[in-house]
Amino acid sequence: MMHDNGGPLLSIRALRTTLATEGGRVTVVDGVDLDVQPGEILGLVGESGSGKSMTLRSILRLIRPPGQVTGQVLWRGRDLVPLREAEMRAIRGREIGMIFQEPMTALNPVLSVGAQILENLAAHTDLGRAARRARAVELLNLVGIPAPAQRVHDFPHQFSGGMRQRAMIAIALASNPTLLLADEPTTALDVTIQDQILKLLQHLRETLGMAVILVTHDLGVVAQSCDRVAVLYAGRVAEYGAVGPVFATPRHAYTLGLLRSVPDARHARQPLRPIAGAPPPPDTVGATCAFMPRCGFATAACAAGRPPLVPAAEGRLSACIHGDRLEATEWAA
Amino acid sequence: MLARLPGRLLQMIPTFILIGVVVFVLIRLLPGNPAAALLGIHATPEALARINAQLGFNRPIWVQFLLFVGRLLHGDLGISVSERIPVTEVIARRLPVTLALVVMAAAFALILALPLAFVAALRQNRASDVALRGVFQVGLSTPVFYIGLLMLGFLGAQLHWFPVGGIGSGFWSGLYHLILPALTLGVGLAAILMRSLRSTVIGVLRAEYVEFARAKGIAPWRVLTGHVLRNSLITTLALFGLNIGTLLGNTVIVENVFAVPGIGGLLVEAIFGRDYPVVQGVTLVLAVMVSIVFLLTDIAESWLDPRLNS
Repeated sequence: MMHDNGGPLLSIRALRTTLATEGGRVTVVDGVDLDVQPGEILGLVGESGSGKSMTLRSILRLIRPPGQVTGQVLWRGRDLVPLREAEMRAIRGREIGMIFQEPMTALNPVLSVGAQILENLAAHTDLGRAARRARAVELLNLVGIPAPAQRVHDFPHQFSGGMRQRAMIAIALASNPTLLLADEPTTALDVTIQDQILKLLQHLRETLGMAVILVTHDLGVVAQSCDRVAVLYAGRVAEYGAVGPVFATPRHAYTLGLLRSVPDARHARQPLRPIAGAPPPPDTVGATCAFMPRCGFATAACAAGRPPLVPAAEGRLSACIHGDRLEATEWAA
Repeated sequence: MLARLPGRLLQMIPTFILIGVVVFVLIRLLPGNPAAALLGIHATPEALARINAQLGFNRPIWVQFLLFVGRLLHGDLGISVSERIPVTEVIARRLPVTLALVVMAAAFALILALPLAFVAALRQNRASDVALRGVFQVGLSTPVFYIGLLMLGFLGAQLHWFPVGGIGSGFWSGLYHLILPALTLGVGLAAILMRSLRSTVIGVLRAEYVEFARAKGIAPWRVLTGHVLRNSLITTLALFGLNIGTLLGNTVIVENVFAVPGIGGLLVEAIFGRDYPVVQGVTLVLAVMVSIVFLLTDIAESWLDPRLNS
């Protein structure tokens, strides 16, 4: 089950995803490099449109033609990009599970939660009918749904928001995946429920030894529950590293900007310093650093080309040529 | 739904009462007098009065209504003026043909619409989708009697694949005779269903629960049958129920074009013959059939969509 040779569980290189729109082809993921270690929780943060969700969908190749995924997605050493659909289906749900932001729309309203677990088990395990039913109840219990034997027959609309998200996690976990892709699983929930779901994910990671990629735009969520973080900007990784050091001394001007725009509950009435401007629409990034137009640190050198993602410190990568200048900047007031 | 079924059945009672009132009132609003129609324009006033007394048309309207309801509750729809036998008998003789025709037409509509709507939706905006939509657009905008005449002329008279009218003798021969009329009736409904289902399927295919189902690694046909089909059928089913009424109305035309001895044809004969009790009876039966179809659609809908039960 566990990956033994010490390498990463998932290794993404130069991932590019393009979608066909009426205005032509647009690049929504533009050369993402990422590693996920066994059992870790990797946070994927960025503004709307930075390519977080598309990166997750590209990993599972859920992008429908004429959308296209290129690059490498090495899953336990095996590249998923060239796999045929049938081979891909054996990975989806079985080895890599996925949950979505809004359980009300991601769960099929006309099927009971139990039925939605059963179809996953039927597709990926050789359990008999009775064993599948028992497993469904066990899964609901595992994610903390009370009275699971009764609730397994209930429909999604009969659950509360938090319980629905738990139900979706149970469905995704049915066949014991080694990696869970979580696309903003707490965004639609209120803060106390959000906290419960994050604790549940951490608990599952510990008991099941499962790795998680947690997509969020909430830096607080990352600080609370992730081991490592990748900051995405304009379809590419801007900064990558362990959460503590990245948040303490950001090495990319965009990370710094994100941190500065978060309200701090400890200091009342502090003016926020949001990042001016908006992320560039896909395919408008020229041969410069994509963040340059909004960056307070930009110099003429930033126009020389899109900076590559290079080691910036121990275990850290950054795609900013001004990483050293940033370090001298105090970000928290 | 089973829990709500008794309530839903109780709702049928006021519906039926209302149908009775409407039928009773409508028939008396029609111009012309049944006695005059029966006896011809040279009838003496005495003869007219005798017939009116015999048929009860000289009584106060509310007495007529109470008598009508009272007989109705005993399953008595009166005596056919032209055939001189109970209306129930006249209808009972011809109802099975219309029922068979309507069921076959509905089946043809579903058999045509379901797969074609899926093909069109899955191949959205490609040649096959555009072609299918074009064909169904023509089907939708062509009058029923014209489709009927075309089928008669081509499949019946020219190719001799199907009989051109009547219902033959015996069960299988009857079904065979009903194929063309049922197709004629069904094409219009198929066009309506296909248009609606196609756009519903396209919407459902984009739903997040379909994406979630794919992310579970379920086979594509499983995603289609387990997630897309059922969710798409909910709106289409409602439309199907609503249009069964139109379909029943169209039997009047189709039964005449194909000389099918059903109650649609009977209604036309009765209207021309001023056979009021039969007109009343057939209208009543058609209205009751429509309400039963609505009830069945309701049941099927809440079986498909559990959200309706809570």
